[in-house]
Amino acid sequence: MIVIAGRGGQELSRAQRELVTVARRLAGDLGSQVAYLAVGPEAEAAARRAGAFGIGRAVAIELNDASGAVEPIIENLAQGARRLGASVVLLAADHLGVQAGPRLAARLGGSALNDAVDVRVEDGRVIWTRPVFGGKALADVVLRRSPAVVTVRSGAFEAAEEGAGEAAVDVLEAVAVDTAVRVVQREEGRQEGPRLEEARVVVSGGRGLGGPEGFQRLAELAELLGGAVGASLAAVDEGWAPPEWQVGQTGKMVAPDVYFAVGISGASQHLAGISGAKAVVAINKNPDAPIFKVARLGVVMEYEKLLPALIEAVKRELA
Amino acid sequence: MGLHVAVLIKQVLDPEVPAARFQIDASGKRPAAGIAGEVLGPYERNALEVALQLKDAGAAEKVSVITADGQEAVESLRKALAVRADQAVLVDTSGHDDLDPAQTAEILARAVEKLGGVDLVVAGRQAGDWDHGQVGYLVAERLGWPCVSLVQRAELDGGVLRLTRQGPDGREVVEARPPLVVTVTNDERNVLRLPRVQDLMASRRQPITQWSPADLGLDAAALADLAGGEVLRLRIPERESQCEFISGDDPAEVAATLVRRLKELKLL
Ligand SMILES: Cc1cc2nc3c(=O)[nH]c(=O)nc-3n(C[C@H](O)[C@H](O)[C@H](O)COP(=O)(O)OP(=O)(O)OC[C@H]3O[C@@H](n4cnc5c(N)ncnc54)[C@H](O)[C@@H]3O)c2cc1C
Repeated sequence: MIVIAGRGGQELSRAQRELVTVARRLAGDLGSQVAYLAVGPEAEAAARRAGAFGIGRAVAIELNDASGAVEPIIENLAQGARRLGASVVLLAADHLGVQAGPRLAARLGGSALNDAVDVRVEDGRVIWTRPVFGGKALADVVLRRSPAVVTVRSGAFEAAEEGAGEAAVDVLEAVAVDTAVRVVQREEGRQEGPRLEEARVVVSGGRGLGGPEGFQRLAELAELLGGAVGASLAAVDEGWAPPEWQVGQTGKMVAPDVYFAVGISGASQHLAGISGAKAVVAINKNPDAPIFKVARLGVVMEYEKLLPALIEAVKRELA
Repeated sequence: MGLHVAVLIKQVLDPEVPAARFQIDASGKRPAAGIAGEVLGPYERNALEVALQLKDAGAAEKVSVITADGQEAVESLRKALAVRADQAVLVDTSGHDDLDPAQTAEILARAVEKLGGVDLVVAGRQAGDWDHGQVGYLVAERLGWPCVSLVQRAELDGGVLRLTRQGPDGREVVEARPPLVVTVTNDERNVLRLPRVQDLMASRRQPITQWSPADLGLDAAALADLAGGEVLRLRIPERESQCEFISGDDPAEVAATLVRRLKELKLL
């Protein structure tokens, strides 16, 4: 059984629909079935919805845990995966997937793999592809133990379309887990403008900005274009941008029409987050910066000179 | 009594090696030798800093660093000693094939147990070479301890750890009691400090505790059997786009051309 696992919700998220695509491919090649597993406050709604994606079987575990700890989610995912007889468990490589994937594998006696970007079946063996060395190479990997608990990188697969159908849903009672881990405070991240992951325009800055003031310029440009501001890891480490703005392998995966990379060298780990961008515009003073290798349009200039002019040019265009 | 903190570190191929220089060796399964130097992994640096800050604050009494690797990793252990980690342990795995995360986690969990009295294990969120993102989590499962992930800062307050971490939408503060495993992600407050010159000198003379997997009760067969997967081959992805450079010295002119091209390409 190929199991798509997640937190549920009223709709299947884009990431979940990408998992449907992976599951269908595997089920077809292995001659197995696809099931859906949701653990969360809206588990049942999502489990019912799964039927519309041609999924016949689902388990919903209504978990209302106020602690904010991940352990109750992991333990209940394990219960559900066992109930479904999972041979493969698919999770989105998102905030939950990162922390739950390997631990779920350990609890189920399986093997874990993170950030799958491709999968195929050869002679009955499932071969997973994942980026390694910050995306400078791709590794083909076979896992030894069952179930394979795999997190899938967002944007690597097409999202499945919704059709019609119904799933037989088992609603299970959640197992209570107390780990004495509690979230006691939550800060809201970015407030204004679109979410980075959904923005049509992203304006990102790196170490080349030389200080926090540069980010004000980027914010001005982003606002004019209805976009969001992003950052490289180096800019986050400098304290010029909050960690939520980080784009890349260990930050956000973005997929805008235009991605402005300002004072960013184009390290592979950064590029891992922008492969979904339609076009990259690179602004860098070094003509040999690797970012130009993936850019559609490039300007070799100090950003301090170009940005004010660019903001003016955009204002004129919009007026 | 302060905490005994164990930091799990890894020496990695310099992650900053440009993609253009990256090559695969004849086995097809690992990077070619000599394409770049090795460094203490970036997220392990953040993890070490989180532990050292607990020590600065008087919350940790002892910081031990552990790695499972060949003798070359002594260099990174010494770097940790140079920023005043108290003890360095190398579990020498040379002679065993490339370890996968399940094997590494078992070794490190056993090393934590052998050290004894460890209250808090701190690991990087992922190693900057194979990017598995598994070891810290698997160590938590193996020890049966809870795990708080993506932590940026830790403080101890009356026996309770207050952890600032990256939540799904923004920062969170989490309270937890040891024993605990945390995985660390970067922010501006956990950039690893620089060593002082005298500590750097002293670190050259400090002893490194050396264990073998056998010292931890793992013979070669048991270790091999722990592997969760196998790399069949590596390949280098194609990723080039033809960059159209907009040249000129006058920023206003260049900016106007850039905006015009973006519109022509229907990108704005
Ligand atoms: C496991 C791991 C995960 C990682 N995850 C991420 C991630 O998610 N996101 C990420 O971004 N990085 C990530 N990194 C880090 C990555 O390897 C690079 O270190 C980082 O992306 C570099 O950031 P940068 O381009 O801003 O800085 P640099 O590489 O220092 O580049 C600065 C650039 O600015 C240019 N410049 C300087 N001054 C100016 C000026 N006045 N005008 C115009 N240009 C100028 C320079 O020519 C240079 O190209 C990760 C690394 C590891 C090991």
